[in-house]
Amino acid sequence: MTRSAKKGPYVDAKVFRKVMAAKERGMNAPIRTWARRCTIVPEFVGAKFEVHNGKNFIPFFVTEDMVGHKLGEFSPSRTFRGHSSSKK
Amino acid sequence: MPRISGVDIPNDKQIQYSLRYVYGIGPHTAREILKEAGIEAVVKARDLTEDEVSRIATVIDRSYQVEGQARRQVAANIARLRDIGCYRGLRHRRGLPVRGQRTRSNARTRKGPKKTVAGKKGVKELHRG
Repeated sequence: MTRSAKKGPYVDAKVFRKVMAAKERGMNAPIRTWARRCTIVPEFVGAKFEVHNGKNFIPFFVTEDMVGHKLGEFSPSRTFRGHSSSKK
Repeated sequence: MPRISGVDIPNDKQIQYSLRYVYGIGPHTAREILKEAGIEAVVKARDLTEDEVSRIATVIDRSYQVEGQARRQVAANIARLRDIGCYRGLRHRRGLPVRGQRTRSNARTRKGPKKTVAGKKGVKELHRG
């Protein structure tokens, strides 16, 4: 079920404020956040994020293609590196 | 037999169904196209006049993506997901289901033929134990 269009995208207010502040001061430090549910809006393009995955902060750059996705989609929260090869 | 959008040669079914043999046209689009072209959905494809066929073709050319174009669009959408490194892209890369389905069992369409793993407990065994 997709979110009602009438509400507009969900953007974490605090993250948005931080992005705007970072833009003014020229995008240096990455923005650390736990707000995985926050939608990436066009204003975020070019920003550097570090999004918590439950354990670590996963860094990534926001590109234009990522608009409309959520921050959490770029910060995988599960580890699976394949099954162990047969013992012996 | 009428020929629409390149190689596709639908048969002697109602035109609303035979249009669906074109990649990118489903039940809904088929009816939309026929409405726009002013052709009744229930006439057999065989009974269409040449003028009607060309009217259908123009409607499709004007406002729908079909066949190669549609396929390319789908491939491009997937390539985009892969490139940006989002969760859905990762699932496409690994050939696993993308929309949150279980993978403990089933998911054979995406994962391909079974690869048996020694000692692995299936869903049934777990319930028995």
